[in-house]
Amino acid sequence: MPKHVSRNDSSPGPLGVKSLVIFTVLLLAWMAGFLSRLFAVIRFESIIHEFDPWFNYRSTAHMVQHGFYNFLNWFDERAWYPLGRIVGGTVYPGLMVTSGSIHYVLSLLNIPVHIRDICVFLAPIFSGLTAISTYLLTKEIWSTGAGLFAACFIAVVPGYISRSVAGSYDNEGIAIFALMFTFYLWVKSVKTGSLFWSCLTSLSYFYMVSAWGGYVYIINLIPLHVLVLLIMGRFSSRLYTAYSSFFILGLVCSMQIPFVGFQPIRTSEHMAAAGVFVLINAVAVLQHIQSRMSKSDFRSVFYAACAIAAGVVFLAVVLLTYFGFIAPWSGRFYSLWDTGYAKIHIPIIASVSEHQPTTWFSFFFDLHILIATFPAGLWYCIKHVTDERVFIVLFAVSAVYFAGVMVRLMLTLTPVVCVLSGVAFSKLFEVYLKDEAPQRSNLESSEDEEERTNKYDKAGKLRKMKHEQTANSESLGSNIRTLVILAVLMMLMMFTVHCTWVTSNAYSSPSIVLASYGQDGSRQILDDFREAYYWLSQNTPEQARVMSWWDYGYQIAGMANRTTLVDNNTWNNSHIALVGKAMSSNESAAYEIMTALDVDYVLVIFGGVIGYSGDDINKFLWMVRIAEGEHPKDIRESDYFTERGEFRVDSEGSPTLLNCLMYKLSYYRFGELKLDFRSAAGFDRTRNAVIGNKDISLTYLDEAYTTEHWLVRIYRVKKPDEFNRPQLPSLAKKRKIKSSKKDLERDINRKKRGAIRNRPVVVKGQRPKTKAT
Amino acid sequence: MAHKVAGQKSGNAAASSTAAASSLSLATVLHNFQVDYQKNTPKRLKMVDAYLLYILLTGVIQFAYCCLVGTFPFNSFLSGFISTVGCFVLGVCIRLQANPQNKQQFDSISPERGFADFIFAHIVLHLVIVNFIG
Repeated sequence: MPKHVSRNDSSPGPLGVKSLVIFTVLLLAWMAGFLSRLFAVIRFESIIHEFDPWFNYRSTAHMVQHGFYNFLNWFDERAWYPLGRIVGGTVYPGLMVTSGSIHYVLSLLNIPVHIRDICVFLAPIFSGLTAISTYLLTKEIWSTGAGLFAACFIAVVPGYISRSVAGSYDNEGIAIFALMFTFYLWVKSVKTGSLFWSCLTSLSYFYMVSAWGGYVYIINLIPLHVLVLLIMGRFSSRLYTAYSSFFILGLVCSMQIPFVGFQPIRTSEHMAAAGVFVLINAVAVLQHIQSRMSKSDFRSVFYAACAIAAGVVFLAVVLLTYFGFIAPWSGRFYSLWDTGYAKIHIPIIASVSEHQPTTWFSFFFDLHILIATFPAGLWYCIKHVTDERVFIVLFAVSAVYFAGVMVRLMLTLTPVVCVLSGVAFSKLFEVYLKDEAPQRSNLESSEDEEERTNKYDKAGKLRKMKHEQTANSESLGSNIRTLVILAVLMMLMMFTVHCTWVTSNAYSSPSIVLASYGQDGSRQILDDFREAYYWLSQNTPEQARVMSWWDYGYQIAGMANRTTLVDNNTWNNSHIALVGKAMSSNESAAYEIMTALDVDYVLVIFGGVIGYSGDDINKFLWMVRIAEGEHPKDIRESDYFTERGEFRVDSEGSPTLLNCLMYKLSYYRFGELKLDFRSAAGFDRTRNAVIGNKDISLTYLDEAYTTEHWLVRIYRVKKPDEFNRPQLPSLAKKRKIKSSKKDLERDINRKKRGAIRNRPVVVKGQRPKTKAT
Repeated sequence: MAHKVAGQKSGNAAASSTAAASSLSLATVLHNFQVDYQKNTPKRLKMVDAYLLYILLTGVIQFAYCCLVGTFPFNSFLSGFISTVGCFVLGVCIRLQANPQNKQQFDSISPERGFADFIFAHIVLHLVIVNFIG
């Protein structure tokens, strides 16, 4: 436990010892963070998790194979069939470039590592860098001791681990590092006013832009900091130097990312930064004039001019937006302000579980004791306010708000909670660990840098010590001290235990490999997803188009290497709505859509056999809602509910639901299945109901494959010549053969011929072949 | 804070309002301004001011050009204009750091260090600009 070590360094010692302690603590924090993220690898294997990481992995592998420029120009015809996707222009390339360059360096050093392993271990390694940059930031804001605490906290806190376990190869893994490092450099450049630091800030900001869409948070938070400092009357030449050079360099750097493009000068999200830039220049000019001509009434003119400048900037932005030069805010940002917005207007955003509002429970679950201590740190920062502490206060306040709006933004709250809790704990230990220092109490100076680095944590010590001295005698004081220290250490220990427990139980499952525990504690691995994807890759033609709900698009592309219609890059709502419409209409209507989209296979996830709750029937209402948004005439959400407004799959469910494609595909042949002796046939374990439509027959589709635990079911879409034809003896024979399982090569052949559209020849040429197989 | 030249240019409006507010004539104010400037500004800063004036004029020309002719290769126009603004801002920064009156604000930065930072910032800026100009 690195926390014990961090306590030691509050005793003053020679410089060598101190830096050794710092080094050791940071190293231990890095290692602890790295190791606790390895649960998934140890329990399962070195595998990419979840959904988005599969796309990132696929494009990284593509980049490593074909080179960076081909990656930037990559047009992926395998996604969003028949539209395709320009991957290079619609992706934040930072993650791929990072792991690609690590791979490149390692191969230069003749260390052969597979790119997959780099992708798997990238996030844990970057968590160590995050810990270090958190330490640096906290050190700039408060003190070294607080920095070490913050580094230890961020290394193990579940709110950050949730996005950075080994195998979760996602943008957030490196973006939090970039975020914290940018903030550190920003604070540093505000403190020194040096161009060097603000250049580094904008370079780090550039890295952040290339890594994650959350860079918008930085480009709004830093101007907010500047604005608040201006309002507080804390304008200084250092602030001007830091902000103006950061803004202009950051602006031009961020436009280098193809996906961002001209957005920084066109969209409202970025306009606050430009406005503050204009404002700070106006303030600078005014201040300069003021220093030249010291008029007594200049002050009022000064404020009036500031107000006018702010008003002009605001009006300009509004007018430009109005006339269409600047795009208004995008839906995701509206949903940050008005939490009900997405649910009404953009069901696709609301349908993602991580865009839901956060529950109180998850604050404690992800942050444990830190959520209770961080207001204390916030209070200390407000009490002894300096330029950089204003920043951390704004960071904290805005992050708390955003974390409350979306579960996903818990991630931006976590670092600031760690920083402020570090401040609070370091303060507390400093009060209770120091034996005698009351005579020094009047030396307090919150501004003096050097004194604080020598004997840090002077600020605010005065009050506590006095209070303790007046209240207690010496012996009682030492007793109380011991008690408090023990109690706090207990809490920290419980925090560590909780973190490890959460990491191990909640955040370390790869979600493409499921594990279930029997009654005797034995573990069963359910590998149905990979089974199904492997089947797809081996048994379907190369060009086969697979229709599934968008959640599984990336996995199908990544693991099965087949063309998908929609995937997790939800850029085209109407295309998704079309797939949703196909899933929620009846079979013949769905068939029309599927032929229009050239669908060959349909893949559904069905959890009824093993009781897996994240399956397609549970997501089904979102499909209906999204489809209704685009096709309100054909699909109505109310049709899928019972008269009493319930969504049920048993015999009382609405007939529309019981006959829609998704229902049929999920429960096809399920009515015959008896799971165990007690339950009736067709008992759905996920929804605890016997299904309402037990004898499902499919006219237009054919069951192609169902995995061991029925988790993934794949259906083949029949060609027009396979149904509704007079039952010719030869065709009847052919169909019989088709239903057997090894019709693979024939399948391929027929598909290729089908492209020629010359049926008589096809049938003729095919017959001897079918007999041969 | 800033550079006098910019102050004279863009400060015209502000100066006039100041003059109106304190019922001084604009000419007097500007005259005082100039005298004060000539007397109290080190030569080094005057050189920086000349540089800033030059960049400001470049920016004005660019802006006029884009208003008259249009912004057709948008990234080229943008990189040119941002380059001008960037140079100007960086020039202002180095002027601030070199100003002896601001000594206590930038106590950790010697003029040599400030100039090295300035060059570093310019390298970063123009590498990116060259990449962006297309």
